[in-house]
Amino acid sequence: MELSGAQILMKMLMEEGVDTIFGFPGGAVIDIYDEMARTDIKHILVRHEQGAVHAADGYARASGRVGVCLVTSGPGATNTVTGIASAYMDSIPIVVITGQVPSHLIGNDAFQEVDIVGITRPCVKHNYLVQNTNDLARIIKEAFYIARSGRPGPVLIDIPKDVVNTKVVFKEPGEIKLKSYNPTYSPNMKQLYKIIDLLKTARRPMIFAGGGVILSGAYKELADFARKAQIPVTTSLMGLGAFPATDPLWLGMIGMHGTYRSNMSTAACDLMIAIGVRFDDRVTGKTDIFASQAKIVHIDIDPTSIRKNIPVSTPVVGDCKITLEHLNKLMAEADLGNLKEKRSGWLHQIKGWKSAGSLNYNQKDIIKPQYVIEKLYELTRGEAVITTEVGQNQMWAAQYYHFDKPGHFITSGGLGVMGFGLPAAIGAQVACPDKIVVDIAGDGSIQMNIQEMATAVQYCLPVKIVILNNGYLGMVRQWQELFYDKRYSCTCMEHAPDFVKLAEAYGAKGLRASKPEEVEEVLSKGLSTDGPVIMDFRVEREECVYPMVPAGAPITEMLLV
Amino acid sequence: MTEEKHILSILVDNQPGVLSRISGLFSGRGFNIESLCVAETIDPNISRLTIVTKGNMPVVEQIKKQLNKLINVIKVHELTGSKYVHREMALIKVNAKQENRAEILRIVDIFRCKVVDVGLDHYTIEVTGDEGKMEAILTLLRPIGIKEIAKTGTIALFREPK
Ligand SMILES: Cc1ncc(C[n+]2csc(CCOP(=O)(O)OP(=O)(O)O)c2C)c(N)n1
Repeated sequence: MELSGAQILMKMLMEEGVDTIFGFPGGAVIDIYDEMARTDIKHILVRHEQGAVHAADGYARASGRVGVCLVTSGPGATNTVTGIASAYMDSIPIVVITGQVPSHLIGNDAFQEVDIVGITRPCVKHNYLVQNTNDLARIIKEAFYIARSGRPGPVLIDIPKDVVNTKVVFKEPGEIKLKSYNPTYSPNMKQLYKIIDLLKTARRPMIFAGGGVILSGAYKELADFARKAQIPVTTSLMGLGAFPATDPLWLGMIGMHGTYRSNMSTAACDLMIAIGVRFDDRVTGKTDIFASQAKIVHIDIDPTSIRKNIPVSTPVVGDCKITLEHLNKLMAEADLGNLKEKRSGWLHQIKGWKSAGSLNYNQKDIIKPQYVIEKLYELTRGEAVITTEVGQNQMWAAQYYHFDKPGHFITSGGLGVMGFGLPAAIGAQVACPDKIVVDIAGDGSIQMNIQEMATAVQYCLPVKIVILNNGYLGMVRQWQELFYDKRYSCTCMEHAPDFVKLAEAYGAKGLRASKPEEVEEVLSKGLSTDGPVIMDFRVEREECVYPMVPAGAPITEMLLV
Repeated sequence: MTEEKHILSILVDNQPGVLSRISGLFSGRGFNIESLCVAETIDPNISRLTIVTKGNMPVVEQIKKQLNKLINVIKVHELTGSKYVHREMALIKVNAKQENRAEILRIVDIFRCKVVDVGLDHYTIEVTGDEGKMEAILTLLRPIGIKEIAKTGTIALFREPK
């Protein structure tokens, strides 16, 4: 059977189970678009290619499947870089398909030519320039395999226009065999026995879980492990939802804006079991005294994560879910003694730290951003899928919306991309049409990809946008307040659009709250309105995110208010 | 922790772009490359890179893991500390006036290297050997007058057990 490159691409995408593509057309991909129109694949036309990648990312996180995005060559391709880098840092499986100028023009500075494979090399898990239509089917199959297996990540496929147009005899690619790529899923059992031994002697153990737990679907296994061993749990930003925030063993988030009890536990623990984390500097603060009294066990599918930032006494390379399954089995057989009794002192100490109330605030006459998030949590009963922009809004979302389940907190953790939240919300809403999806935003960030409002309206995606409008690039202003003697250099957003009118201009609904009494009403109205809504909350302008650990300080040196 | 020299022998898919993935990994993560040699192996689908790098143990461990993580990297061997043979090659162009031609040829003889090009006032000498040998011949030739040098980096292979 003779098929064109475009037909092969579509066929292979459907074989991979792709039902939605986020993208933006152009000359280099016009034939692919022409072919796609003949398939059942749904295409979401974004307004900016950065939006397409973030949407594919949001789709992947909310659905647990690979997100796909399709863009043209040159500017289309370069516009995807931020989104690719963000997905790379957070290990999100996406496949980005870029058009390329015809092979014979490559290297000639042709119209809309750019070496996107070269540009993205440092921020993809892998990428391909397809040189022959005969390779296309295999490359697509490989790309999906690489994106979703091992430590997931973005894969880019650059396809020259002639490769798209050429017809070849289609051959089904065989099983994928990559000489060089064999992720280790099953842990070394000897190491697991060591962990059981450590559990026997530990007096003050804690678990530090991260995005890897969510990516490997180890939610249930983690909860079993923690509860059986009676070990308190903290998570990184990326790990929120990996362990129920309503569980008594929950410590809250760790790190720069982590809870007091979580950071103090880190300093006091004698055993830290780190699972699917990478010890980011926003977590550890000053590394040489991070968890300095503890033996550290580190479980991760990616060997490069282990001992990259922190010395580890027991390294375990393996999938978080498989490893925890094994550990739970071993624990059932082992005699760990009376755990309730053994841990009572430690858990009591933690309770004392909890009463420090590091997340307390005072709602008086101006709307506090924390209050907005808490009300949002109440009104959605904690069931909404939350995406965020970056800055204070992101941290308040992490602190005050409590996550009981994975897949409900979608944020650009590693790269910290302003402009991520709205397109990610669009992707998440496509993946979960029946859920409430809310983008928690700052007035600065929302303007970075506000054009995607049009996408939400066009496809009737009822995303809700909660803007914590402080008229500042708040998080940077906070640093200037605390560490630069209040010299607010270029952080006052002096001109912003009227977000209510802007919503209306896009054909969405706009609401505003300026007083604390209005918060609940605006939220309920916004949440119950069909279609996309922007809710503009005029919040206390100079509110800060607390607690806070100054960058580079030990994580126990916390500014509490 | 002390920084030491490490020789890594890396088998990779022989494909365009692979070298830049590897050199980009080093530059992007702040790792050091002292020398890098690359060529096809007897299997035309596979190339061997020999990289000499400097770093303390944790850094070198990271380098090896990061290399292994690249999809096109098939195998990373560290040769340091085991038995291996390694060689560099240099082409050295020296001033060869009438009065020192004989001395140069004596040096070439002692070092068992070759003159590969002769002119009225120059010799070009081909030397292979380890770093020590390179350094030694350069020390002797320098006073005579070196016009130009081209040097490869290190290439290396395990010694088979006897
Ligand atoms: C693309 C991008 N540019 C710059 C930054 C640096 N940055 C981090 S937080 C922040 C302020 C964000 O302001 P806003 O969106 O209004 O949110 P707030 O902190 O006020 O909640 C900035 C500029 C970033 N994270 N991303």
